[in-house]
Amino acid sequence: MAILINENTPVLIQGFTGRIGTFHTQEMIDYGTNVVGGVTPGKGGTTHLGRPVFNTVKGAVQETGAEASIVFVPPPFAADAIMEAADAGIRYCVCITDGIPAQDMIRVKRYMRRYKKENRMVLTGPNCAGTISPGKAMLGIMPGHIYIPGRVGVVGRSGTLGYEAAAQMKALDIGVSTSVGIGGDPINGSSFRDIFEIFENDPETDAVLMIGEIGGPQEAAAGEYARDHMKKPVIAYIAGLSAPKGRRMGHAGAIISAFGESAPEKVEILKNCGVFIAPTPSEMGATVSNVVSSLKKVA
Amino acid sequence: MDIHEYQAKELLAKFGVPIPRGALAYSPEQATYRATEIGGNRWVVKAQIHSGARGKAGGIKVCSDDTEIQRAAEELLGKMLVTHQTGPAGKLVSRLYIEEATDIAKEIYLAFVMDRATERIMVVASAAGGMEIEEISTKQPETIIRVSVDPAVGMQRFQAREVAYGLGVDPEIITKLVPTIMGCYRAFRDLDATMVEINPLVVTKDKNLFALDAKMSFDDNALFRRPHIAELRDKSQEDPRETYASDRGLAYVGLDGNIGCVVNGAGLAMATLDMIKLAGGEPANFLDIGGGASPERVAKSFKAVLKDNNVKTLLLNVFAGINRCDWVAKGVVDAVKELDIKMPIIVRLAGTNVEEGRRILNENDLSVITAETLAEAAEKAVAATKAA
Repeated sequence: MAILINENTPVLIQGFTGRIGTFHTQEMIDYGTNVVGGVTPGKGGTTHLGRPVFNTVKGAVQETGAEASIVFVPPPFAADAIMEAADAGIRYCVCITDGIPAQDMIRVKRYMRRYKKENRMVLTGPNCAGTISPGKAMLGIMPGHIYIPGRVGVVGRSGTLGYEAAAQMKALDIGVSTSVGIGGDPINGSSFRDIFEIFENDPETDAVLMIGEIGGPQEAAAGEYARDHMKKPVIAYIAGLSAPKGRRMGHAGAIISAFGESAPEKVEILKNCGVFIAPTPSEMGATVSNVVSSLKKVA
Repeated sequence: MDIHEYQAKELLAKFGVPIPRGALAYSPEQATYRATEIGGNRWVVKAQIHSGARGKAGGIKVCSDDTEIQRAAEELLGKMLVTHQTGPAGKLVSRLYIEEATDIAKEIYLAFVMDRATERIMVVASAAGGMEIEEISTKQPETIIRVSVDPAVGMQRFQAREVAYGLGVDPEIITKLVPTIMGCYRAFRDLDATMVEINPLVVTKDKNLFALDAKMSFDDNALFRRPHIAELRDKSQEDPRETYASDRGLAYVGLDGNIGCVVNGAGLAMATLDMIKLAGGEPANFLDIGGGASPERVAKSFKAVLKDNNVKTLLLNVFAGINRCDWVAKGVVDAVKELDIKMPIIVRLAGTNVEEGRRILNENDLSVITAETLAEAAEKAVAATKAA
């Protein structure tokens, strides 16, 4: 079943005809994603990569029945594109764009709350590698071949560190139900906790790997959610053991500014919540493997 | 991006925040002349560096005549001022702010921050000003007032009144404090700040309100639409290694070790530093070359890392997705030749076209040490550094 996307989900590309949009759309089509069209204001009525181009998301949704979208729009205009998707009735939106102003994201989050929970779009990102349900569909910029289908859900902030985890799992023959990138920005569409909730309710996911990092309260909040509301085991790695306080480590959100935001503090909080900790980034796969094989023994 | 106190004050003054009279000086002569322009008989000479806690570090001097100002300015200008926030190297003082002295009756802490838990702008205030907020939150946490702002409508005056009354100031100050709070909010919102901190905001003995110190930080992601803020950048306050890298579009943070790191992706870069530490080594830097590790970017990154003379070993860790390993390997080969790198280089490639990438590295007979896994790369880098 996977979460958020599968082989049938009709997908719209926002920022379709640009260089980056074009390249990654072709990769997604090759992977098997059901791309039904794209939006580039001013280019409506034309065709690109064999798919129709629309001026507005609303128009595209009416014509194609698109349910998901992926945003490749440049930072100054990306917040607008996300809100347009939310208003047009898109159910799930991935925003790849890196560099969106934080106040724009505050506005986006507030705007999305205009809709009742059942009509509210799910947003992941910005500043992420996207989401993949291996063997089914890819809504992102990751190399699809490093993932094999399976029953472990993955959620992380970083793109390449997520690839590292996927490759380690593949080497141990552990497959992924869905891998979700929530992005490296301080204010993001979905938190770890939000994605945990979806994985907990997915019958095809047995365990969840969280790849966190320094900065912000989301890893700790997810740990508390796992302790109080999840039956499925959670494995976590937190990057940034050596990060100095107050310095931004690449990601806009990767900055230690308060107690509980450093890697060792987060690890301690998660341990206390019963989360299995991968002690080093090279042991993410092995830690997942141990947890998953102990599940099988119980069953 | 951080700015200086005097710059923050100039910006905030435009939003109606009251500041004491003051002026900027680059030399002792300017400092004394500025003081006569300001008038009065007591002045404060303040070193302008990107750090708090300047007072405790001797960067703020109260003077009552020309000679004292001259002496204070001579002492501070050109000095590397070390505070507990600057690190042991300190930061260069090249500008002084001369300000009229104030008779303080009460000190308030007032800040606006981007609160990640509520995803809103939040006011943090305390009647126990003068101390750093970390100190207030351990010693007098009950004095801290927090109010979050609904982004749909912005901050409302009643919220500013709640904060003002909560701070327990005299009634005649309230009418000055409310517009000050609103002004800070508007500055935060309109300039894409990530922090506005006034500590202390003082009530004077003659019942005036002044921002005695001011600190502002801005959202790097929003500088494209705030060119007048971007202009306030002072490169003399940055680590020169970081300035070099950021001018070339690389996300770099200088650290104290000797293993230079070049990695694609911020998370993988942090994880690589973690592995080096766990293997018993010390990373010289954090560097994220971004998603597309083109040959030019690899060369640029090596150059940036080699600006640090402490670097004894280079470690390149790339998990190639769209940027294929063979392409990255070509970049390494070119960079090693072009830069004539003699130190050991550990290269770990993974992902798309990895075999082809390793073949290119091996057939070029470079002094490159290849590693297959993250752990192996870190161990080899630490071993090579110890042998060097």
